[in-house]
Formats: sequence, structure tokens, C-alpha cells
Amino acid sequence: MFGDISLTQFIFGRLTWEAIPYHEPILVVTFAVVALGGIALLGLITKFKLWGYLWHEWFTSVDHKKIGIMYIILAIVMLLRGFADAIMMRIQQAIAFNGNEGYLNPHHYDQIFTAHGVIMIFFVAMPFVTGFMNYVVPLQIGARDVSFPFLNNFSFWMTTGGAIIVMMSLFVGEFARTGWLAYPPLSGVDYSPGVGVDYYIWGLQVAGVGTTLSGINLIATIVKMRAPGMTFMKMPVFTWTSLCTNILIVATFPILTATLALLSLDRYVGTNFFTNDLGGNPMMYINLIWIWGHPEVYILVLPAFGIFSEVVATFCGKRLFGYASMVYATCVIMILSYIVWLHHFFTMGSGASVNAFFGITTMIISIPTGAKMFNWLFTMYRGRIRYEVPMLWTVGFMITFVIGGMTGVMLAIPPADFVLHNSLFLIAHFHNVIIGGVLFGLMAGLVYWWPKAFGYKLDPFWGKMTFWFWQIGFFFAFMPLYVLGLMGVTRRVSQFEDPSLQIWFIIAAFGAGLIALGIGSFIVQLVVSYLRRDELRVISGDPWDGRTLEWSTSSPPPDYNFAFTPVVHDHDSWYDMKSRGYERPLQGFKPIHMPKNTGTGVILAGISVVLAFAMIWYMWWLVAVSFIGIIAVSIAHTFNYNRDFFIPAETVAATEDARSKLLQERT
Amino acid sequence: MSATQVQQTDEKPQFYLTEDHHPENSTMLGFWLYLMSDCLIFAVLFATHGVLGRNYAAGPSPADLFDLNIVAINTAMLLLSSITYGFAMLQMERNAKMETLVWLGITGVFGAIFLALELYEFYHLIHEGAGPTRSAFLSSFFTLVGTHGLHVTFGIIWLITLMVQVGRHGLIPENRRRLMCLSMFWHFLDVIWIGVFSFVYLLGVIG
Amino acid sequence: MSPNHESAADTHHAHSHGHDAGHGSFKGYMTGFILSVILTAIPFWLVMAGVLDSKLLTAVIVMGIGVVQIVVHMVYFLHMNPRSEGGWTMMALIFTLIIVGIALAGSLWVMHHLNQNMMPMTHEMMKNMP
Repeated sequence: MFGDISLTQFIFGRLTWEAIPYHEPILVVTFAVVALGGIALLGLITKFKLWGYLWHEWFTSVDHKKIGIMYIILAIVMLLRGFADAIMMRIQQAIAFNGNEGYLNPHHYDQIFTAHGVIMIFFVAMPFVTGFMNYVVPLQIGARDVSFPFLNNFSFWMTTGGAIIVMMSLFVGEFARTGWLAYPPLSGVDYSPGVGVDYYIWGLQVAGVGTTLSGINLIATIVKMRAPGMTFMKMPVFTWTSLCTNILIVATFPILTATLALLSLDRYVGTNFFTNDLGGNPMMYINLIWIWGHPEVYILVLPAFGIFSEVVATFCGKRLFGYASMVYATCVIMILSYIVWLHHFFTMGSGASVNAFFGITTMIISIPTGAKMFNWLFTMYRGRIRYEVPMLWTVGFMITFVIGGMTGVMLAIPPADFVLHNSLFLIAHFHNVIIGGVLFGLMAGLVYWWPKAFGYKLDPFWGKMTFWFWQIGFFFAFMPLYVLGLMGVTRRVSQFEDPSLQIWFIIAAFGAGLIALGIGSFIVQLVVSYLRRDELRVISGDPWDGRTLEWSTSSPPPDYNFAFTPVVHDHDSWYDMKSRGYERPLQGFKPIHMPKNTGTGVILAGISVVLAFAMIWYMWWLVAVSFIGIIAVSIAHTFNYNRDFFIPAETVAATEDARSKLLQERT
Repeated sequence: MSATQVQQTDEKPQFYLTEDHHPENSTMLGFWLYLMSDCLIFAVLFATHGVLGRNYAAGPSPADLFDLNIVAINTAMLLLSSITYGFAMLQMERNAKMETLVWLGITGVFGAIFLALELYEFYHLIHEGAGPTRSAFLSSFFTLVGTHGLHVTFGIIWLITLMVQVGRHGLIPENRRRLMCLSMFWHFLDVIWIGVFSFVYLLGVIG
Repeated sequence: MSPNHESAADTHHAHSHGHDAGHGSFKGYMTGFILSVILTAIPFWLVMAGVLDSKLLTAVIVMGIGVVQIVVHMVYFLHMNPRSEGGWTMMALIFTLIIVGIALAGSLWVMHHLNQNMMPMTHEMMKNMP
């Protein structure tokens, strides 16, 4: 600050005091709240001397269970941020009529809808799904960890790093104002010269590395680490859908990475991929990003389908109806999801032949999806249904998702799409499938596997409150958008002229309020359940009379998951074990080979965030330093050959004996 | 399934292994999956070049720019480095540490010559005013070839690291596994280069 | 000299299955090398010496030989075969090639039709358009 201007610019790039939005009262208040909350949290951690515990037991942990839990914590934190954006938009749109400009200026509003989309997809749905896959898959296949435990930790921290970059844009600079896929030429440097799009690009790139690596990791895990006897057609359905999802991740996220890299070259180097002049073609970006983007929605929804399959079978006390057809349907959806991408831009002008092809392939996807729906229905048919909270979410899903699926088929008809493209009808459609499909599935999974992870059930009363507020709130919030979309209201608009539309927006805002109560009930549920944890304790480890292997261990499972590797004879293997008189082994324990914790993942992700920040603000010296840092730390990490250890047999015996004791006390 | 159940009703089947169970090592499969994901990055770059590669924006075309002699030498370098890496792997199987290191070193030298020639070509093009910002064709050309070059650069860094590690610890199983991963990476880059010289250079010059 | 030699230090992972799958032989590497030299030389010669009059035919041959050479590299250098890693590498490769094919062909098809419909112009105009 005391040197000459060029020195300041050298050090800080384009970062100046102007970048701090102290003139935006909303952001200042948010900042104050976040800062106070953050300081309080850090203070409490320091006061209770938890730093060492957190670092050694969680941050550097390579245990798939802990990493899975951390993913889900990240997702829930980001859900609050994403939902705050949502309710701000709903309030703005409900009041911005008759010349009232509302309380958000367009500049701010555009950032909000972009951030809402980006956060909800990349930092809520993705980590939530990855968290479940991480936690559950190794347990379901009878493994002790994933194939590459260090990589798993690194992936998690890269995802978190991406989230941190996006969150930083709230208080330093701005976020993109382009919509969640940042179409050029608007996202090009001519029309978005600020840092917003750069925050977007680097946030996604950093998180994308983590997502791709965790995809590779989980495929290798499922392929290589299944318990003896578990052939592919004996794998639990959730593991199957996870396999397909991770194949989709590995086969699509590189496309996103490459496409965003091309966009950043346009912005940083001045190349002409997506510009309007010198031979560039912006439509190529839209083409490429949707080759990633369409499979992405199946990446999110397939694991949710898996969760529903587990929940339905468990709470109906029956084998899943049509296990094989469920597996085939999943695989068919996986393949088909690659040949439908153009339905996102029918109006681009590729002509009738192209549009017809992609319209038809899109409609075909509804066939395997419909088959799945019938499988769930037939599983319920003549089952002894227990309407516990996960089952409620499942039934809610079946009703809600079918509506969303049908409006999706409507949008798949090219001529209809010319009317509905980019309207609120589309918004209603994809919220209908993402909330009704993905989010409901994740909530069902959370209630279902919570006792597995923490040893006590979630409070059912507040669980039901959460469900009903979400379910009813959803219909209030999104059905009006279908109506508005049919009337021709387009998305991403912050003020309206026609006063007759206002009532619909007010209903939608009311629905968003109900959803807010749903989220509130969810948090209350977590708190109440924690306080009542002794009453809700699950000693047996199998609270729902489960059917798959994860329920055969204690809840929470020991570090090594299984003292002895299970042998599988049937696809509902735990049910099979229970019904054929399985007895828990009590002796003969052996030392167990486990991976060691490492801090390299945290360090690498931390430097990556610095690198991204330096790139965003043009601090080239820091770019160079942090880039060299990443290479150096990676190389240094490979010089560490000492990566595993043995849990001694006595420790295993002690852990298992303690559990035996607990089980005896209970009976 | 039910048939086996009926048969086994009297006798309780084995539900867990009393032995130590070690799943197969997943490194090679995992690394192969990584290569597949990398392959898709190149697919995007190839697709972009396919779509934009004829948009010269009234600027120079491949026939004006490319010197196929350099490309041919470059290709030879990469091919030679592939076969020398193969020899290194054969020596590794014989457990001959010194010979392995020598062949790895030769591979690295060929790789470095490849990179030097590519940098020379880039320098030359930019000097002529045909830099990546000149037209969409040149943007996609520089990006595709440059991404490949960047991979080779990382391959060489990795190669040097591995040489140090083999020198220090010998051909222990971890190092063998790493050498095999790098082998796949190196040959994979060769495969990509086949696409580059056929699709970008030769087809470009044909016009 | 045994193809699956394990050093004494390898106590724990001694049974890394499928280790032997990734190794080639001197003969294999040399065959691959000679084949790929030939397969590289032909297209370069075709283009640099301008052997054929038809541009299209040359292009088709160049791409065809390129594909053959990729297969040669896969077999002799990357030791692809249906058995390694329980067939999973092969499966992953085939799946990836399908996706690459979809992405490449799809992009070209979609963008070609787009250009036809939205900017009807000849190739020559496209090349020279600023």
C-alpha cells in the first residue's frame, strides 16, 4: 500500500478495496452474521481444544465412513446457503410488480440465481450423493475401505475447496451473473469482464478434480473389493446405481473440465473458441457443456433411485420386485443419458432431423424409468409396509417424481419445447425431478442410514414434520411456476410488468416459506435426536430389520468395518444370513491391515484454493508459487512409502467383545 | 438361488472368511480409468478442432503453416521413446535396476527432444503472427497440441521422480507398480499423438 | 527371469493378482515398433509426396491407417487383451470409445446442421469469414 501503484498491482493483481462489497447492505449483514458465527465456532473449537481431534480424527482421516459424513456435512451447510438464495429470489419475484423494483437490483439478483444453481447442483447434490456412496458402498460390499483411501480424502477436500472458492465470491468481488452454465458470449470476457465468471470457472474446476477422482475410486472399489461370493447380480441395488453413477462421473466430468478450460482460455489468453468473431462459435460451448450436463442429472438421480430401492425393500419386508430389471434399467438409463443432450437446446436451430432424433431418445428414457417405478410399486404390493420416515419420503417421491417425469416428456417434444424453452415451466420441471427425485431420496437415505452412522435413530416426529413441510411446500412453490411458464413467463427475470401474474408468485413464495419450515424442522430434528440419543439408541446395529450387509456390523461400525470378511450367497445377503442362522464370530480375530491417515489431501486442496484465488485476481506471482507448491507437495507425497499399518488382533478382539457385552446387556 | 437354499437347509453355509482376506490391488485398474477420463478431455479437444478447425478467419491455413518435416521427426521421437520405455519395462522384469534406469533416461531424453521441437514449432508460429488468438482454427490447434505437450511434460517430471525413487529404493513392488502406471501413461500419450498427427497435421495439410 | 518375479521385499502384496497381465516381451515390443513405423511412414509419405490425386481418398486412408496404428499400440505397447484385470480394462476402453464416438460424431453432426441452418454459406466463405 505504501509502494507505487504498479507494485500493488503486481502483488494484488486486480484485487482492490473496491472488490469488498461494503456498499451492499444485504451482503454486509450476511458477512457480519457469517463472521460472528465463524468466530464463535472457531472459538468454541479452540475452547474445547478440539483442533487436534478434528485434525487427526477427521480432516486427515482416510476412513471412508468419516469422509462420507464430512461430505454430507458439507452438503447440508451448502444447502442452507443455496436455500437462502432461493428464498431471496422468491421474495423478490413476489414483490417486484407495478414498478416496484423489489429489494434486489438486477446486478445482485443475477448473481443470486447463478449461485443458487451452481451451489445446489455442485455443492449440495453432488457431495450429498458422493457422501452416501462413500459411506454405504464399502459397507454394502463387505469391504474395509475404498480402493484408494488417500485419494478419497483428497477428493473430499478438493470438493470443499471448490465450495470455499464459490463462498469467497460472496464477500470478495462478485459471482457470475450468467446463469449456472455460464453460456458464452455472455460469459466471455467482453460481456463479463469482472471476476464473477472466473470464480465460477475455478470453483468448478477445483471441485471437478475431486469429483472425477472419487468416481474412479469408487468404480475400482466396486469392481475389485466386493466380498467373496458377491457376483454382480448379487450386488445391492444401491451399489449398482452407485457403480453406474460413478461410471457416468468418470465419463462426463472430464468433458466439463475441458469445456471450462476452453472458456478460461478464451477469457485469459484471448483465444477464439466461443467468441463471435475470428471463427469462434458460442454454440459449440452449449453443445459441449450439455454433453456433460445431461448425464449429470442422471449422476444425481441414479443413487437416489438406489436409496429408494433399498428403502422400499426394507420397509415392505420383501425382496425388491424385479431386481434384474432394476439393474438393467439402471444400465440402460446410463447409456441413454449420453444421447439426449441436445434436448436442452432444441431452439438452437439444428433443424428437424437432429431435433427429432434427440426428442425420440429423450422420450425413450422414460421407459426404463417407468419400469423402475413399477418395480417399486410391485414391491409395495402385498408387502407389510411400515410407514417410517424413509418410506414416507419414498412414497412422496413416487408421486412427485412421476409428475416431473411427465412434464419432462412434454418438454422432450421439440415443437412444445419451442414454446416452453427457458420458461418457468422448465424451472418447475427440473425442480420437480431434482427435489422430488434427488432431494427426497437423499432425505430418505439420511434418515435410513443415520442410525448406521451414529448409533441412534432420528426423531420420527420431527422427521415427519420435515417431510410434510417439504412435500406440501414443494407443491405450493412449484405448481404455480408451471402455470406461469405456460403463460410465457421466462426464467431469470427480476421484475414484472403484468400485475395479474403476481398472485402466482405470491403462492410460490408461500411454498418456499413452507420449505423453509421443512428445513427448520430438519435442523430441529437433528438437534432433538442428538439430545434424545439415549432413548433412540440402536444397540443391535440393525434398527430397520435391514437386508443388506451394512446392517450386519455394529452401529456405528468399527474402523475396520468387518472383523471377518463376509461371504455372500444372495443379493439380500444380510437377510439371508439372518434367516439361515448366522452367528456373530466371537474369537479367532486376526490383525487387520488398514491405511494410515495423511494430511496431504488437506494441504494439496488448500494450495489449490490459493492457486484458484490467484488466477481469479490475476496475482501471477502467487499463481506460479502455488502451482509449484502443488507439484512439490505431490512429488513429496510419493516419497512416502509407509502408508499402512495393522490394527492388532487384541484391539479387534476388545472392540468385538465390547459389542458382545452391549448386546448381552440388552437381552 | 432358491434351489441352493433348499439344499443347504440342513447345513449352515459359511458366512464369513476366517482367513485373512486381501482384495486384489486396484491400482492398475484405477489408473486405467484415469486414462480413460483423460481420453475424454482429448475427445473434447478433438471435437472442438473438428468443428472449428476450418475456421481460418481469413488467416493462415494448415497448408501455409505446418512443416511436416518437423512433425515427422517429432513423431519419430515419440515412437522411439515408446520402444525405449518398453525396453525399460523388460529390464524391470529382469530385475535389472541399472539397465532399467538407463532405458528410462533415454526415454526421458527422447521426450525432451519432442518437447523442444514442439516448443520451437510454437515459437515459430507465434513469431509469424499465427498465435492462438489469430483464429478459431489456431486456438483449437494450439490447445490440442499444447495439452498433449503438457501431458508429456508431466510425464517427464514423473519419469525423473520415478528414476530417483528407483535409484533410492530399487525395484520394490511399489516402484514396479508406479513404473507400470507411467508406462501406460506414456504409451497412452503416444496413442493420442497418432490422432494428433493424422487428424490435425496431415488432414489439415490436405485441406 | 520368471515373468512374474516378486522380490523378497514384497511380503504383503505378494499376491497382487493380475500382475503378469501388463508385461510384454522383447518380440512383442519390436513387432509393435516396426508395425507402427510402417504405419506412420505411409500416411506421411502419402501427404508429403502428394501421391494420390484425390484429397478425399488420401484423407480416408490417413484416418484408416491412424485407427489401425492406434490398435497396434493398444495391443503391443499397452498390452490390451480381454483378460487383463478380469476384462475390466477392455470393458472400460470399449465404453470410453463409445462415449468418445458419441461426443465426436454428435458434436460434428449437431454443429454441421446448425451451420447449415443458421449460417448457410460455403466452406470457402467460412474459411475467409473474419
